[in-house]
Amino acid sequence: MIEAVGLTKRYGDKTAVYNLSFQVRPGAVTGFLGPNGSGKSTTMRMILGLDNPTAGSVTIGGYPYRKLPNAARQVGALLDAKAVHGGRSARNHLLSLAQLSAIPARRVDEVLGVVGLQDVAGKRSKGFSLGMGQRLGIAAALLGDPQVLLFDEPVNGLDPEGILWVRNLMKSLAAEGRTVFVSSHLMSEMALTADHLIVIGRGQLLSDMSVTDFISANSADFARVRTPDTEPQQREKLSSALTEAGGHVLPEQDGALRVTGLPLPRISDLAHEADVRLWELSPHQASLEEAYMRMTQGAVDYRSTTDQKAGLQQPLPPGAQPPMPVPGQGQPGWYAPPPPQQGGAPFANPYGAQGAPARPYGAPQGPYNPYAAPAPAPAPAPAAESSQPASAPAAAPAAPASAPADLTKPEDAR
Amino acid sequence: MSTHQPPMPQAPQAAPDWQAAPGGPYPGYTSPIPVVRTNLRHAITSEWTKIRSVRSTMWTLGVFVLLVVGIGLLAAAVVSGSSSEDLGGQNALSLGFFGLLLGCICIITLGVLTTASEYGTGMIRTTMVACPSRVRVLAAKSIVFFAVAFVITLATSSFVAMTQVSMLGHSARTPTGGEWLKATVGVSLYIALLGLLSLLVGSVIRHSAGAITIMIGAVLAPLVIALFMFSSQLEKVRTALFEYSIPNQMSIFYSNSLGDGGPSGWDPLWIVLGVTAVAFAGACALLEKRDV
Repeated sequence: MIEAVGLTKRYGDKTAVYNLSFQVRPGAVTGFLGPNGSGKSTTMRMILGLDNPTAGSVTIGGYPYRKLPNAARQVGALLDAKAVHGGRSARNHLLSLAQLSAIPARRVDEVLGVVGLQDVAGKRSKGFSLGMGQRLGIAAALLGDPQVLLFDEPVNGLDPEGILWVRNLMKSLAAEGRTVFVSSHLMSEMALTADHLIVIGRGQLLSDMSVTDFISANSADFARVRTPDTEPQQREKLSSALTEAGGHVLPEQDGALRVTGLPLPRISDLAHEADVRLWELSPHQASLEEAYMRMTQGAVDYRSTTDQKAGLQQPLPPGAQPPMPVPGQGQPGWYAPPPPQQGGAPFANPYGAQGAPARPYGAPQGPYNPYAAPAPAPAPAPAAESSQPASAPAAAPAAPASAPADLTKPEDAR
Repeated sequence: MSTHQPPMPQAPQAAPDWQAAPGGPYPGYTSPIPVVRTNLRHAITSEWTKIRSVRSTMWTLGVFVLLVVGIGLLAAAVVSGSSSEDLGGQNALSLGFFGLLLGCICIITLGVLTTASEYGTGMIRTTMVACPSRVRVLAAKSIVFFAVAFVITLATSSFVAMTQVSMLGHSARTPTGGEWLKATVGVSLYIALLGLLSLLVGSVIRHSAGAITIMIGAVLAPLVIALFMFSSQLEKVRTALFEYSIPNQMSIFYSNSLGDGGPSGWDPLWIVLGVTAVAFAGACALLEKRDV
C-alpha cells in the first residue's frame, strides 16, 4: 500500500510534481503512466525517500520510506538499470545489497536464477546489455522478497521474451498479494499488464481508475453506417430516423455516417423501418493508445518539430515553392487524434482550454469531428489517409485542418 | 548518528489513516525470510564487500605500495651507496617521507572514489533505497575506508622503515621508540585521516574528478602559493602557509620540519582530526538535506 497525499516537488522554479494524491493497493498491478518528463520518476524517487517532497507526503504501509525499519525487506525498487557500479560483478553487487539489509547470502544466487543471470553472475556489470542491466535491477528489487515493488520502466531494452517474462512476473507478484507499482510511457504495455492505471501529465493527476473503467471511459465505440452513394436522400432519411431514436449521427467526409448511442442491431432495424438500404454497418473502437495520447497531448513536454533542414539547403530561387512539410511530424493535432466529443479531453485536463467533465463517449455532445479516432483497417480511403497521412502526400493539407480544436491546445498549454 | 534528522516532518499526519484500514499494514504477502532489524554492522559488511570488489581499490592501493616501497628503498640505497653522504643527525626513518608524500595521492584518490564513484554510476540510489539511513551508509564507508587505508599505510611504512634502518644502520642515528611510533603509526593515522577527508569531500562534491582536484590542490596549493609570496609584508602568511601545508605537516612526523615554529610533535594529527570531524558533520548534514 502506497499512499501519496498532496505530493509536490519543485526544482527551483520548475514544478516537477504538483499536488499528486493517489493510493496504490496490494494485490494488483498498478500502472503509472505519463509522457516523458511528466514527473513519474520524480514521484518514484519521492516514494523511495531519495528526494524530499517540497510539500505533501508519501507513505508505504503507513510509514514514510526513511522511517521503515528494514526498508529493503519491505520495498523493492528498480529505478534505473544502470544504477550499478559497472566495475563490480553482478553477484558482488547483489551481495553488498543483501548484506546491507541482513538478507542471507544464498538469496543472491536465488534471485540471479530468477532473472536468468546465473551464467554471468561473475562478470562485471559494465559489459551488460541494457536488457541484462534491467534484469540485474529486477534481481535487486526482488532480493528482499518485499511486499511492495516499484518498477520504473522495467521493459526498456528487453527483448520480446523478456517483456513477456516481466509482464508475467509482475502479474504473479501481484497475485501473491504484493503491491506492484509500474511506471511506463507505453499505454499498450500497461493495458496488458496493469489492473489499475494512474495517469499523470506535467506532474498532475489526469486519471486514477481501473483499466476496465479506463477502457470504457475512453475507448470510443461507434458504428460506421454507409448508405448507397447514389441516393443522398436515403442518407438524410436514415440520419433523421437515427437521431429520432436517440442516436447521435455525425457525417464523415466520404459520405458515411458515424453513429453512437445505438447498438448495431437497432441501427439495422431502424434502417429497415425507414426502408433504407445499407452498404456498410461496422463496429469500431478507438484504441487505448489513442485514448491515452488524447488525454496526455496537452501535457507533452517534448514534442518533435519538423526538420526543415534549412541549414543544409541552398537558398531557393525567387518564386520557387518550398517543399511541403511531411505530415505527421511536429504538427500538433495530427499525432494525437482529436477529442471524442466537443469540449476537449474526456477528463478534466488542467491544460486543455475547456476542462470538460468526464463523459462517456456515447453521450450526445455537439457535432463530432469527423477525424476523431481514426478507424482501424476496414476504414475507407479518406479515413485511412487521416490515420496514415505519411503514406498519402495528397492528405497533407487536410491533416492539420482536420483538427482545428487541437491546434489551439498546445498554445493554451504553454 | 547524532546528526540524523527526521527527513519528512510532514509525514506523521498521514500515518493514522492507513493504520485504521482493514487487514493490517501489509495484507496479502509476508516473506518467509525473517526480517532482521539492520544496524551499522550490516552496513560495514556491505561496504567491505563493495570496496574489495572493485578494481580501482586494487589499483590505487597497488600503486601506493609500489610508490612508498620503491621510493623508500631507492632513497635508502642511494644514501647508503654514497658513503660520504651524511644524514646530518637525522635518523634513517626520515627517508620514508618522500614515498609517502607521493603515495598519499593514491589514498586521496581511493577515498574520493569510495563515495563519488557511487554518485557517478548511480549506485548511490540503489544503496540509499536499500538503506534509507544515509548517515549510517556514510559512517560505514568512513570506517571501512579508514581501516583499509590505515592498515595498508601502516604495513607499508613499517616495512620501509625497517628496511631503511637496517640498510643505514652504520651511517645514521638509531631512532628512538617515540620516533618509530611517529614514523609508522603516527604518519599512517595522518594519511588515513587525509584519505577520510577526501572521502567526505567526495560525498559533498559528488564528482570524482572535482573532488580529487580539490584534495590534490589542498595538498599542493599552500606550498606553491607560498613560493610566490616575495613581499616582506606577507612574510607571516608565507610562513604559516609553509608550516601548515600538508607536506610540512607530514614531515613533522619525521621531525624534519621545513621551518621552525608552527606545529610540532603530534600536532598535525590533531589538526587533521579536527578538520575531518568538521567535514564529517558537514557531509552528514548535507547528505540528510539534499536529494540523492
